[in-house]
Amino acid sequence: MLDVVLPVLVLGALALALLGALRRIGLWRQGRPSPVSVLGGLAAMPRRYLVDLHDVVARDKVFANTHVATGGGFVAAAVLLILVHGFQLESRVLSWALIAASVVMFAGALRVAARRRNPPVRLSRGPWMRLPKSLFAFASGVFLVTLPTAGVVPASFGGWALAGVLTLVVAWGIAEMFLGMTWGGPMKHAFAGALHLAFHRRPERFGGGRSTGLKPLDLGNPEAPLGVGKPADFTWNQLLGFDACVQCGRCEAMCPAFAAGQPLNPKKLIQDMVVGMAGGTDAAYAGSPYPGKPVGEHGGDAHSAIVLRGGHEGGRALVDAETLWSCTTCRACVEECPMMIEHVDAIVDMRRHLTMEHGNTPNKGREVLENLATTDNPGGFDPASRMNWAADLDLPLMSARGSADVLLWMGDGAFDMRNQRTLRALVKILRAAKVDFAVLGNEELDSGDVARRLGDEATFQALAARNAATLAKYRFREIVTCDPHSFHVLKNEYGAFGASYTVSHHSTFISSLMEKGRLALGEWTGGRVTYHDPCYLGRYNGEYEAPRKALKGIGIKVVDMERSGFRSRCCGGGGGAPITDIPGKRRIPDMRMEEINATKADVVAVGCPQCTAMLEGVVGPRPEVLDIAELVAAQLVAAPAAAQRAKKDVAEEVAA
Amino acid sequence: MQRDGNRNVTGQERVKVAALVSVGRHPVTGRPRRAEYDARAVEIGLSLATGGNLHLAHAGECSPESEAALRAYLGMGIAGVDVLQQPAGADIVPALEAWLRELGPRLVLCGARGETGEASGLVPFLLAERLGWSLVCGLAAVESVDGDSMIVLQALPRGQRRRLKVRLPAVVTVDAAAQPARQSAFGPARRGGLQRLDTPVTPDGDAQSWTTAPARKRPKRLKIVKATSARDRFKAAAAKAEGGGGQVLTGVSAQAGAEAILKLLREEGVLR
Ligand code: SF4
Ligand code: SF4
Repeated sequence: MLDVVLPVLVLGALALALLGALRRIGLWRQGRPSPVSVLGGLAAMPRRYLVDLHDVVARDKVFANTHVATGGGFVAAAVLLILVHGFQLESRVLSWALIAASVVMFAGALRVAARRRNPPVRLSRGPWMRLPKSLFAFASGVFLVTLPTAGVVPASFGGWALAGVLTLVVAWGIAEMFLGMTWGGPMKHAFAGALHLAFHRRPERFGGGRSTGLKPLDLGNPEAPLGVGKPADFTWNQLLGFDACVQCGRCEAMCPAFAAGQPLNPKKLIQDMVVGMAGGTDAAYAGSPYPGKPVGEHGGDAHSAIVLRGGHEGGRALVDAETLWSCTTCRACVEECPMMIEHVDAIVDMRRHLTMEHGNTPNKGREVLENLATTDNPGGFDPASRMNWAADLDLPLMSARGSADVLLWMGDGAFDMRNQRTLRALVKILRAAKVDFAVLGNEELDSGDVARRLGDEATFQALAARNAATLAKYRFREIVTCDPHSFHVLKNEYGAFGASYTVSHHSTFISSLMEKGRLALGEWTGGRVTYHDPCYLGRYNGEYEAPRKALKGIGIKVVDMERSGFRSRCCGGGGGAPITDIPGKRRIPDMRMEEINATKADVVAVGCPQCTAMLEGVVGPRPEVLDIAELVAAQLVAAPAAAQRAKKDVAEEVAA
Repeated sequence: MQRDGNRNVTGQERVKVAALVSVGRHPVTGRPRRAEYDARAVEIGLSLATGGNLHLAHAGECSPESEAALRAYLGMGIAGVDVLQQPAGADIVPALEAWLRELGPRLVLCGARGETGEASGLVPFLLAERLGWSLVCGLAAVESVDGDSMIVLQALPRGQRRRLKVRLPAVVTVDAAAQPARQSAFGPARRGGLQRLDTPVTPDGDAQSWTTAPARKRPKRLKIVKATSARDRFKAAAAKAEGGGGQVLTGVSAQAGAEAILKLLREEGVLR
């Protein structure tokens, strides 16, 4: 009987799955166009899966092995199942291979089941809880029905009753694995995930690359939507990306806003986007909610508003505005997501709509954006006072010099008394190393970072264009800045407007000065030092080493926090979060300071004006917050032997 | 974080409201922007008249710079602004008067004073006088509007408020006491229309004979407070300006009241 039922079952399920796939593709294609290379993407997909995706999955070693066994076993088993039972290919070898694949898959399923016995909170439950059973059904069913084909037992073994039971078991397995893949269910991630990898909107991320700059809006075209107001405003491959989510909650576990009890959970946000794309409510969601927001009250469809205008009492759409405004754009979720989903792009896309269409940026947002438009800095300070901090320093101005080796980009920290200390320290270092540098002075404008993260693309593009025009007047080798936000924007986001520069963070520049022996430095004699990686330097730009090297150069052995490097936790200062200031249960900088305290450090070294401000805002007792530039400048030695040598090096360089 | 600015005032059904807007100037950088008080006036207008019942007019030039500033009003969610084209040096009052007569609004909202030009704050007064409409200055909020009158809160010094019943049509001026204007959004600002209207130009005869010079900062008399305790200093800082010598007239005839006022004005040299 089995040889009659199985082909029908397998091929029928395949046909239905194909139908589901077409429907799913239709859902994605509700999105806006986004050009991709179809063949190139498909060709690159296996590598992206095996290397890039598994690199991320492998951060959880145990689960990575589980997934290799289950996923690998399943893919092999599925192909062989179609050949052996679907098309009835009579081959002992294939049958044995199928048996082997089902055994591997079964072993994997055992591990999946073990993990599901007491799952960490970050994992979603619901349909995901039945997945191990379905895996068992598939693996064991396929194993048993293949025994006769492999010749282990006679074809008539067990009779009708057993054949009937086996058919049901296999049907269950196939339903979950084949139909679930395209009609929705835990296995959807395999189908959507594979295509998402192939058609990713940021292909540069694969093969060890990095792509973190936000994509520009086309403001020249009045027909182009200003950000995303309804799910169909996302590009089709963004929608596809949302569908790939496996609800593993790795993003949730990393999200500082979630941890602080603000109403944001990146995993839920992605699931809400899936709900919006397919239409319905979030009632079926079985993971952690947005803190303070019960599940089941929100819903929508592809063509209705994601956020209600005005966001008033009673009315609810797909998500609430405050969810979107809680994000610090720290990219911890993106960094951690095994499916390479781009949460930050999605959040900023939706913020763009709130700011540029609704005109509703919360709290200080309106004021800051108006200040940026009228005074070119978020604080509304007189732009002619940008250089006041350096009144006694006699800094060389680009407008007077025309060219310099290094252009020191001051950033808006120039208006902030705390950051002025950092800037002064940096100038001291540059002078000690006899670096040929100049500043733009009052010609410098805000880089546009905050405007862009607050969704005001128009103000960002205006600032970018004016800054680029100023920079185009002068000749310099590289830009050095102590502000990672300016650094990121100048390096990664001005390029889209035809302006590209070599940009270094001051820690990178200082550590290269040290390497060249151009700084005469004493040894740090203070206490324990830990280092807080700024998101915009680390995850956005991959610079984890230089700050540590610079600190090592003055004899500091950094005691790292548990969350450091690419897993560093945000200080809470990015993405305009201090401006929109969405309340939570705790403050993000307080949580970060707890982690700093856990290292028993006396000093926390930072490399960003935002981090400095956020961490210094934490009530004491707490370690002292000092910028790398301040720590290095304090170790500058007047003119010992080393400096003599350094001088000679410089002389040689000049001569060369 | 959700704004309640758009809370609708009771009984506002189909009141036709006009707001007069000008091109402002940022106090620090001098860049054109929506004028602060005018924007607050528009904000009140938006809370009174949703939909197409709020009409905006600007009398003046429409250069590229001023266009960006005018679009900032559109960005508050307004479909269009009528631009009554008036060259520099023109008296804009007749043009505005003609526009208002044709539109026939029940309520005209104006910022208390402009940020450029003469900025005398007289336009609302002149308009009310010419049109024969009521005038209220320093409006803090409109509480309710019905067919012939409205109840408003007028701002007085030191945060005091006075509730007034005002006969319509009326011209009101809005200053810092009113709610701040909502954010201006790029999308609606770009989509909204500036309808340029050709209007008769009346040269401003008086202004032509004036000479203008940049204002100088005038020295300010320091208020010397001889206080020995923090409490005294606080009291001195928070004290009301003492009028002294005032006279409260109650229960007098209109004739006697008017005479008393005239007498005071003569004494103070307001009338000669
Ligand atoms: S978005 Fe990524 S990290 Fe977050 S739950 Fe989904 S797959 Fe996991
Ligand atoms: S970028 Fe950071 S704050 Fe925003 S959702 Fe991701 S982890 Fe949370």
